[in-house]
Amino acid sequence: MAAVQDGGSELEGEKEPKPELMNDGSTAPAAAPSSRPEDQQTLLAVLQFLKRNKLIESVDALRREAGLADEPEEAPGSEAAGGAGGAAAGSGELGDAGALLSRVSGGSQSAAAPAPAKGGDDQPDVSVVLSAYSQQGDPSLYQVYYSGLKKFIESVLDCHRAELSQLFYPLFVHMYLELVYNNHESEAKSFFEKFNGDQECYYQDDLRVLSGLTKKEHMKGNETLLDFRTSRFVLRISRDSYQLLKRHLQERQNNQIWNIIQEHLYIDIFDGMPRSKSQIDSMSGSLAGEAKREDNKTKVYYGLLKEPEIEVPLDDEDEEAENEEGKPKKKKPKKDSMGSKSKKQDPNAPQQNRIPLPELKDSDKLDKIMYMKEATKRIRLGPESLPSICFYTFLNAYQGLTAVDFTDDSSLLAGGFADSTVRVWSVTPKKLRKVKSAADLGMIDKESDDVLERIMDEKTASECKILYGHSGPVYGVSFSPDRNYLLSSSEDGTIRLWSLQTFTCLVAYKGHNYPVWDTQFSPYGYYFVSGGHDRVARLWATDHYQPLRMFAGHLADITCTRFHPNSNYVATGSADRTIRLWDVLNGHCVRVLTGHKGPIHTLAFSPNGKYLASGSTDGRVLLWDIGHGLMIGELKGHTDTIYALRFSRDGEILASGSMDNTVRLWDAIRAFDDVETDDFTAATGHVHLPDNSQELLLGTYLSKSTPVIHLHFTRRNLLLSAGAYNSQ
Amino acid sequence: MAEERRQKQCSVVLPSESMKAMAESMGVGQLQEDSCVALSEEVSYRIKEIAQDALKFMHHGKRRKLTTSDIDYPLKLKNVEPLYGFQSQDFIPFRFASGGGRELHFYEEKEVDLSDIISTPLPRVPLDVSLKATKEQQKAESTEPLKAVKPGQEEDGSIQGKGQSGTSAEVKGKEKLRMKPRSTHELSVEQQLYYKEITEACVGSCEAKRAEALQSIATDPGLYQMLPRFSTFISEGVRVNVVQNNLALLIYLMRMMKALMDNPTLYLEKYLHELLPAVVTCIVSKQLCLRPDVDNHWALRDFAARLMAQSCKTFSTTTNNIQSRITKTFTKSWLDDRTQWTTRYGCIAGLSELGPDVIKTLIIPRLTVEGVRIKAVMEGLVVSNIDKIGADHVQSLLLKHCASVIAKIRPAPDVVDQYRTDYGYLGPMLCSHVVKARTQAALQAQTVNRTTLTITQPRPSLSVSQSGGVGSSGGSRTPSIIKVPSSLTLMSTRPATPTQPSPPATKYIVMATSAGAASTQQVITLSSSQSSSPVTSTVTSVSTPLQPLVKLESGGGAGSRPMQKYIVVSLPSSSSSSSSLEHKGGATATSPIAIETTVKSERSESPATHTHSPH
Repeated sequence: MAAVQDGGSELEGEKEPKPELMNDGSTAPAAAPSSRPEDQQTLLAVLQFLKRNKLIESVDALRREAGLADEPEEAPGSEAAGGAGGAAAGSGELGDAGALLSRVSGGSQSAAAPAPAKGGDDQPDVSVVLSAYSQQGDPSLYQVYYSGLKKFIESVLDCHRAELSQLFYPLFVHMYLELVYNNHESEAKSFFEKFNGDQECYYQDDLRVLSGLTKKEHMKGNETLLDFRTSRFVLRISRDSYQLLKRHLQERQNNQIWNIIQEHLYIDIFDGMPRSKSQIDSMSGSLAGEAKREDNKTKVYYGLLKEPEIEVPLDDEDEEAENEEGKPKKKKPKKDSMGSKSKKQDPNAPQQNRIPLPELKDSDKLDKIMYMKEATKRIRLGPESLPSICFYTFLNAYQGLTAVDFTDDSSLLAGGFADSTVRVWSVTPKKLRKVKSAADLGMIDKESDDVLERIMDEKTASECKILYGHSGPVYGVSFSPDRNYLLSSSEDGTIRLWSLQTFTCLVAYKGHNYPVWDTQFSPYGYYFVSGGHDRVARLWATDHYQPLRMFAGHLADITCTRFHPNSNYVATGSADRTIRLWDVLNGHCVRVLTGHKGPIHTLAFSPNGKYLASGSTDGRVLLWDIGHGLMIGELKGHTDTIYALRFSRDGEILASGSMDNTVRLWDAIRAFDDVETDDFTAATGHVHLPDNSQELLLGTYLSKSTPVIHLHFTRRNLLLSAGAYNSQ
Repeated sequence: MAEERRQKQCSVVLPSESMKAMAESMGVGQLQEDSCVALSEEVSYRIKEIAQDALKFMHHGKRRKLTTSDIDYPLKLKNVEPLYGFQSQDFIPFRFASGGGRELHFYEEKEVDLSDIISTPLPRVPLDVSLKATKEQQKAESTEPLKAVKPGQEEDGSIQGKGQSGTSAEVKGKEKLRMKPRSTHELSVEQQLYYKEITEACVGSCEAKRAEALQSIATDPGLYQMLPRFSTFISEGVRVNVVQNNLALLIYLMRMMKALMDNPTLYLEKYLHELLPAVVTCIVSKQLCLRPDVDNHWALRDFAARLMAQSCKTFSTTTNNIQSRITKTFTKSWLDDRTQWTTRYGCIAGLSELGPDVIKTLIIPRLTVEGVRIKAVMEGLVVSNIDKIGADHVQSLLLKHCASVIAKIRPAPDVVDQYRTDYGYLGPMLCSHVVKARTQAALQAQTVNRTTLTITQPRPSLSVSQSGGVGSSGGSRTPSIIKVPSSLTLMSTRPATPTQPSPPATKYIVMATSAGAASTQQVITLSSSQSSSPVTSTVTSVSTPLQPLVKLESGGGAGSRPMQKYIVVSLPSSSSSSSSLEHKGGATATSPIAIETTVKSERSESPATHTHSPH
């Protein structure tokens, strides 16, 4: 009982070493000299490895350099345990790793030892983690245990059954892994075959991974497995149900299951009515169970920042159209009514200077003015007035289009392609021009009024420019808000910053060593976020070649990244089927949102910053209230992966685009209005989702054979969508 | 069923025979059975792992098909060398063989003759990626790529849901499905709505709406499906309104035609047979308005003539010979003695807009004859007021167009007597005009040097604004009201020039250089900016509608210079001289039908008969 409750405090620490665990042997020594606490763990591991291989001189040298002169001598028999112990001491809060020590009994030592010795490039940590599976029970009894529990759960009252059924999946996985770990291959196989049919359908993908895993050797280096082990599977169970379970297990003396529950599961107990099956189903599905309630308690400042006051000339003539890139307009004292939305500071907004934001340049102010002017001409959307949709079809892309982005003013379009190119199109009659070469620039009269016009090289005008530089498919593109830069992230592990003045690459940000799935500029420019296969999201500033923040915590690839409209938070969606919200200021994870049943491929914040929409491979759109950290809606309708989500400029309509060749429009206002978040719901996190997708669906628009991979609302609320025509 | 599949999932491993076969192909014989089993299990596991990662890459590549590169990248992730050059044209490149109790799948590698490859012609270069925009919902839901919606594709659920909520989207969808097979010219509901809105706005009374509608016609890329409707609308509209002498509507229709021509995505060639007769009607029709003495139908003729010139320039080819046929039509009716002054004016305007060459070869030689005719009217005794006005307009038109041409073709000293002998009655006036044209050309050259003109519009064209509802704000407008984009420089206001014998008028001279690019979308709708201008008239004297008149003076002539001068004239029509006869009815000698038939009959002639062409 105590162990179950303690689990909560340990979890934070437990996640930290994750990225390190993934390093393979070749990179670990390179990282060792660093003095960060996480690295110490690695260092100790390296030391042990060297010692084991009788490389005494290296051990001494390394120890001298790392300043660990008085390392206590360890008995060779407990190397693995020592590694974990040292790690625990080093990081200070790795209580969980320390707890593992008790599991490493003398009997299991023989099983654990050969594993690290065999593969030189394997981390000792892995074997420590795995050794937790060394088992005491009889393998043949596992099926009996499991079916006994199954019988029990099926016999309890209906209200408890749904809750206790949550136990099936984690128990199944852990028992299977224990069997595999202890080389009971045939038992494992029959166990899997017997019970895998009972599991919820949304765990199919994980089960498939699991089914391939039949040998102990395979467990090393299998990331999915490590996820199961390093993160405790979180269950949310009412107190009554939990008591029932406990009593049952104690009566039956079912230690095997009890041990698993205590060590690998985190049971979040709440008082009150047990939840119904649908309530549980809506929240579960993630790789590591539901989010804990504590995870979502931090206050999130989801309000928008106050807009800088820019005086807008009153006359609404279209003079700006010509003046766009000329000198700043002279301001008239009168203010535009639209521009000054609310002078008062939003109580939920973060402080204006909570994170430093770049100063507004003159050109930015001009753009803001343009924006406000456009905003006055914006069409009010609603169920009665749906937006027109303009579809940009990429022809002859040969299935190579991987990413699309529009500028905010909808004048440029960028496409990332599988052939490593990034192409930029102008979608207005204005052609793309490069700046003249340095020699030519010298000849320009710098005093002239149209100097900005003169520096452009008319000879280079074209509708499309191709940017070469990546060496792998480009999976993410993002324009800077001022339209001067473009970011692209690629399979080659780099993020590149391109200038849209010279159409050349300015910087290649290296840090992710694995494919970078997505990147996005902050709405205020300067910062950008990226996330990829290495499960770490990074926050960068354009003028630093190293990341400012690393957001670690996801258990699988980060598939999409989005900035909150106030730039203080970053949302990341992952293949572990969770969404996390990170605080840019301190790098903390402030929200964990679970409920998706497939990898999340797109996220969208509502314009007021209060809500988040997410779309995944399961074809569902989920709506989240950021302030409460609650799921508040589910939009069903798509039949394939959703790759694009976008709120209209005023937040009335949510548009979703999918692989199933459709664009669907949803009534966002109604979706948010229908939800009443009372205190009880907010406190317990129990959601009742109204099943009203069909009523919220305002329109479905089919293309012939063009998956929709990007959506964008223009400033006047015209919906632009983009995709590559698929000839088959 | 699912149960079975799942069980399979768990146990699928490569058969150990494959291991043996592979080992043999590598030259390792006699592999132990145990090793084979161990190997096959290991290999199966790794393959599954890679396949799962490959799926991830496929998802991020936003594809539904796994490609060979999707396999390469996971290999790269695991620090394994990818399989380079593994590409196959066949779906599955393996071949099957059995024999000796063994079954084998093998990869067929044929020997390739290099010379074959070298001698085969190169394949076509694959097309580059291109971008295409399609408006979906409102206007072009039925265009590519949303065209082929199969009925089965629409889900039942969504049909129900939307049927209940009664949104128009669903109705649209269904209607579209039914209409599709019938004809390609069927319009979707929203297209019909759009068409209705646009046409109503174009001929309606609200000038701002009209400007918007015209802008839409001139720039919208998705109108081609509606083009036949528009063309019919214009031709029918002209036919009806000419009979009813509804000048305002005729002007609106011509502006619409102009907007259609300005749209770069429309191809009007197919509809010229409908459109051109309508334009010709507006140029040469005997009567275009109810009160020919008061209303300024001359402006419409000028505008239509310019339109005709523009279409000649754009669409004339050696096969359709539009320009020569139009020229012939104009010349024929001009040469006819019985032609009315109005028609005569139209013919001359139409011809002179075709360019200085036409003026030189066709108009100038006839100046003497025309002079005699004008003299007869001007100095004759018993003539109607209408005729007088007509002659007056013809005279000024001739002077205006010929002066600049003559200024170019005649050597410098302009002697009045010389002119009189050469051009008869019109000689002296022509002389003074030529002198003026020469000085003006010089002046313009200076002006260009002085002011810096930056022109962004390829070819600004001013459209005629009709009297209609804006009459009260017409006459006293100061030049500052005209919202010219920064590209145009407003020169000065002047009193009426001598060339304009009509009552005093304010005259705006707007200078603009013309880049002369053929593709233009920019229409400066002078009228709209005027009507929306906050400054309104203070003059109360004029009660009759005023008609701003736009005239084009060829500043440099011959198109060699990039200068063009627009003179915007706003002149009040003189209601004082209204005691004239009312020409009504009867005068339908040049009714639109008649014109159409002449044009058509000409078309039926073989091209060979068109012997003379101005160019």
